[in-house]
Amino acid sequence: MFADKRGVKVLLTLLFLWIAAYSAFPQTSSSLTSAGSESQTERITRLEQAVTEAKNSADNSWMLVSSALVLLMTGPGLALFYGGLVRKKNVLATMMQSFALMAIVTILWALVGYSLSFGTGNSFIGAFDHIFLRGVGLLPDADYSATIPQQTFMVYQLMFAIITPALITGAFAERMKFSAMVLFMILWSIVVYDPMAHMVWGKGGLLNAALGGRFPTLDFAGGTVVHVTSGVSALVCALYLGKRVGYPREPMPPHSVVLSFIGACLLWVGWFGFNAGSALAAGPLATSAFVATHFGAAAAVVGWAGAEWIRNGKPSTLGAVSGAVAGLVAITPAAGFVSPMSALAIGLIAGVVCYLMVAQVKARLGYDDSLDAFGVHGTGGTIGALLTGVFASRAINPIFKDAQGNITGLGVVDGNAGQLLNQFVGVVIGWVLAAVGTLVILKVVDLTIGLRVPEGHEIQGLDLSQHGEEGYNFEVSA
Amino acid sequence: MTKIEAVIQTSKLEAVKTALHDIGVEGMTVLEARGHGRQKGHTEFYRGREYTVDLIPKIKLEMVLADDMVERAVDAIVNAARSGQIGDGKIFLSKVDEAIRIRNQERGNAAL
Repeated sequence: MFADKRGVKVLLTLLFLWIAAYSAFPQTSSSLTSAGSESQTERITRLEQAVTEAKNSADNSWMLVSSALVLLMTGPGLALFYGGLVRKKNVLATMMQSFALMAIVTILWALVGYSLSFGTGNSFIGAFDHIFLRGVGLLPDADYSATIPQQTFMVYQLMFAIITPALITGAFAERMKFSAMVLFMILWSIVVYDPMAHMVWGKGGLLNAALGGRFPTLDFAGGTVVHVTSGVSALVCALYLGKRVGYPREPMPPHSVVLSFIGACLLWVGWFGFNAGSALAAGPLATSAFVATHFGAAAAVVGWAGAEWIRNGKPSTLGAVSGAVAGLVAITPAAGFVSPMSALAIGLIAGVVCYLMVAQVKARLGYDDSLDAFGVHGTGGTIGALLTGVFASRAINPIFKDAQGNITGLGVVDGNAGQLLNQFVGVVIGWVLAAVGTLVILKVVDLTIGLRVPEGHEIQGLDLSQHGEEGYNFEVSA
Repeated sequence: MTKIEAVIQTSKLEAVKTALHDIGVEGMTVLEARGHGRQKGHTEFYRGREYTVDLIPKIKLEMVLADDMVERAVDAIVNAARSGQIGDGKIFLSKVDEAIRIRNQERGNAAL
């Protein structure tokens, strides 16, 4: 028996060595023979081409991985995070909202979304030049990223367009009709997300810092585009829809902090794709953003859980993971512009402030933002966008140049106090666009198909009333 | 025949079960339950919101015994489940009219 196992091991090792040797040697010899017959110039051209191809492939592979990581943030990340926070009777409906957006926004993105966001348009919105993904092929669009196929860029940006509306679902969880959610999100993607993405990241966008915007706002990975817009829209939704039946009289504790915990951990991992991927290349800037992201999250865990520890006497698991998400939100606009030490500062501030928002301010103001989409994303996004204007540094990312081409300072600590004003403009535009756009859309949906489920359905739970199924079935073994 | 319903701390189930087996109790039904007596609940915090949890997880044991077994069973439960703290639980006894074994329709003590 023993000898048998050892025999198999030896056999496998020999087999492996043989395959390795076989595949290594012939290649070397064949490339040597072909090199001899070409001229020096031809050879240099060929090598240059090979170097470029290698770099492009490296960038592309990182961007494809990043795209997958950002999708992982919505499903299962956000779906689990939110799903655990609701009551048992609404777990599937809550997860389904995130998942449905993965499908619906994807189709919408192919039809018009990508074009409206990244097409060549005016300062506010893209044109229809890429409608139905026309002209979005495997060659790069040098304005956005010279080394990756435009389709990679398109699919990467799609993942952002998916998670942003999914974040809003936390505000109206446990009471909105599924059909109303679908219509709301289609309209929201077109009216709020696409214009904001175009303004900050699109060619000629009003706030674009890299492509000559009127108010260059530093937003590396979407503090304004993703978190301010979703957070503020969440607040408007919570105010417009009103409280859940029984809130705040009845206790509505999370039905499974375990699910939320797993979801938050997946969000943290996925966020590396979100932020480090926003470098749109696999170079040192991606590393810098990766490190800043991680440090921001870590500091915010300490900030939130610490504040809770002081106030309630105990640091909670839900507090720790909520802190991580708040820190990740806040570091998002700053990720590619700040040092690891600045990232720690941003995370710590965001962790404490977001805790105070959800634990104290929300209770005082009395609105029912079920899962704190505004408290975490609106607050964290706003803090992060403003602090980016404070901590951004040319040592990390020399993005600003004067007329002579000299590199100039980025944030307040880098000697550019005026940047805070630009950040403020970006945040205000995000707030106004999100608030007005959301209010109009809510009104439209309310008047056409209605927003809330009937009270009876809300008490019964959305899993059964909206989807005809339950998350946890009583099992009778046959 | 007497029915014993005992509400005990969840952590005492193994000890009570063993004690009952030791005196020859052959069957019981165990339910996961929630409830409270004089024991106050506890508070939980979720995102800064305070929730009072006054229904505490408990174990409820049910068994029907021949009358001559009852006092020994009660003693066994009390000795095994007692910690001396509030929240140790309660035992309720009640008379049972009839017991029927489904397999062969035996009745009375023979069915227990």
